[in-house]
Amino acid sequence: MDAFEPSLIAFVCNWCTYTAADLAGTSRLYYPPNVRLIRVMCTGMVDPQYVIKAFLEGADGVLVSGCHPGDCHYINGNYKARRRIRLLKEILPRFGFDERRLRLTWIGASDGIEFSHIITELVEELKGLGPVQTQNSMVI
Amino acid sequence: MAGYFKADLVENSLLKTLRAFLKTMLDMDDIRSILVPCRLPMKPRIMPMLVSDASYLANADPIAPSFPLNSARIVSRLTRKTAGGVLAVVLRPCEMRAFVELVKLNQGHPDDLILVGLDCIGAFSNRDYAGIADRHDSDFSENYCWNVLSGKDTKTDGTDQTPACRTCMQPVPDQADIRIQLFGSRLEDGLCIQAGSEKGEQRLSRMQLKSSERSLQRDSAVEQVIRVRQSNCENMIAEVEQKTDSMEKLNRYLADCVNCYNCRVACPVCYCKECVFATDVFCHEPYQYLRWADRKGAIKMPTDTVFYHLTRLAHMSTACVGCGQCSNACPNDIPVMELFKSVSLRTQKIFDYQAGRDVQEKPPLTSFRENEYEDIVG
Ligand code: SF4
Ligand code: SF4
Ligand code: FES
Repeated sequence: MDAFEPSLIAFVCNWCTYTAADLAGTSRLYYPPNVRLIRVMCTGMVDPQYVIKAFLEGADGVLVSGCHPGDCHYINGNYKARRRIRLLKEILPRFGFDERRLRLTWIGASDGIEFSHIITELVEELKGLGPVQTQNSMVI
Repeated sequence: MAGYFKADLVENSLLKTLRAFLKTMLDMDDIRSILVPCRLPMKPRIMPMLVSDASYLANADPIAPSFPLNSARIVSRLTRKTAGGVLAVVLRPCEMRAFVELVKLNQGHPDDLILVGLDCIGAFSNRDYAGIADRHDSDFSENYCWNVLSGKDTKTDGTDQTPACRTCMQPVPDQADIRIQLFGSRLEDGLCIQAGSEKGEQRLSRMQLKSSERSLQRDSAVEQVIRVRQSNCENMIAEVEQKTDSMEKLNRYLADCVNCYNCRVACPVCYCKECVFATDVFCHEPYQYLRWADRKGAIKMPTDTVFYHLTRLAHMSTACVGCGQCSNACPNDIPVMELFKSVSLRTQKIFDYQAGRDVQEKPPLTSFRENEYEDIVG
């Protein structure tokens, strides 16, 4: 059997983490290909429904990543995102999701190295956790 | 504030006393109408009625153990703009809590309102109440209320009240301007009415009631009611958590859901004017369904049932007042309230929030602090 390759959905804000990802790419830094980046204007627009949808469709992990506190280009989107992630970290484990499958990080525009680090680390962690419970479910 | 008043019992009947009390209110010059649960003339059922002519208060029945819908939405609609005159509304405590949540969202306006609340003895589901109302005569409300207040069984014809009512830990109308106390009061001596606000106090002092004082048995009687409900609630939560602690089990719990969205329509705090599930945000392309079916071998249709419930939990569990109208509305008897309560108790706790407690408290997902929850980042 092939080794388990987790799929990771990352919602990244245009101004910080996406730019960091871009920088990681142009700097030829390595990060695993398991991640699908979804660029959003701000983490403040990541409604919990998109995180839930990703998990129900079989994502093994979800990362939400944006600007450091104080750096959000829309002033406070990242603070709102933090509350929503706190909320999801209460709801999802109630239904058997391992809390570690959902991560929130702040990665600034110049942190290409940090970006490659976090993705690598998260993919390793997801490998350890194994496939998400919704993987083969016929219910979406 | 916190003045106490007493109304003499009319012909030994709680219902007649309440009707007389409401009539005195409606007779006041500045009160235009009263919204109150009434018996329908065409069928033995209870519905909220907007009463302008006091003679119709002969049908008022705010103690019937019937809770056809959460009226917070109706009050929200009635206060959307100034209607011209003051409106008194008789609501259950959970309806008031829902209304408070709507006020926070600018979907309800309490200025021209007088909130009248009674201690809530609980209610049957719509389906059960219909059967009971068809089998019993018009004395049922009165008798049932006295029985429950005297500690007798809440069951009627072998049926008990809804799980929402049996597990409700906020059965007194803390938000009301005028609070009619049933628990722990000696009704034989008259109906005890407490002013809950300046507005309520002013109103009550114009009504030629006797002044009274706090009943000594009140607190322990309320505690006793809450203790029973709390233990019911703990048992219910333990059971539903055990039934839904994995996605496989949650899928079984929600297996009968057909995405009719009745539960959302009935929910007083599902406040979006246009729900995302009524838009085409999740209206997938036809090939997407086939791709899922290819990948998984088969998918249950309609899709997005569990997704719908998890999303609703994320969107509004912090505002859930536990009224149980979701379960009441489900055509497939899915215990929706049980699921929502098991989650809302947790989500309200983490934000140190209680839906409907205080109109000054901001809904947790609309506010934030700069230094909080730092442990979840990284
Ligand atoms: S989710 Fe159900 S119990 Fe909670 S407020 Fe809405 S209708 Fe009432
Ligand atoms: S009312 Fe029942 S069947 Fe309809 S959407 Fe809600 S849970 Fe599903
Ligand atoms: S713009 Fe980056 S988090 Fe708001």
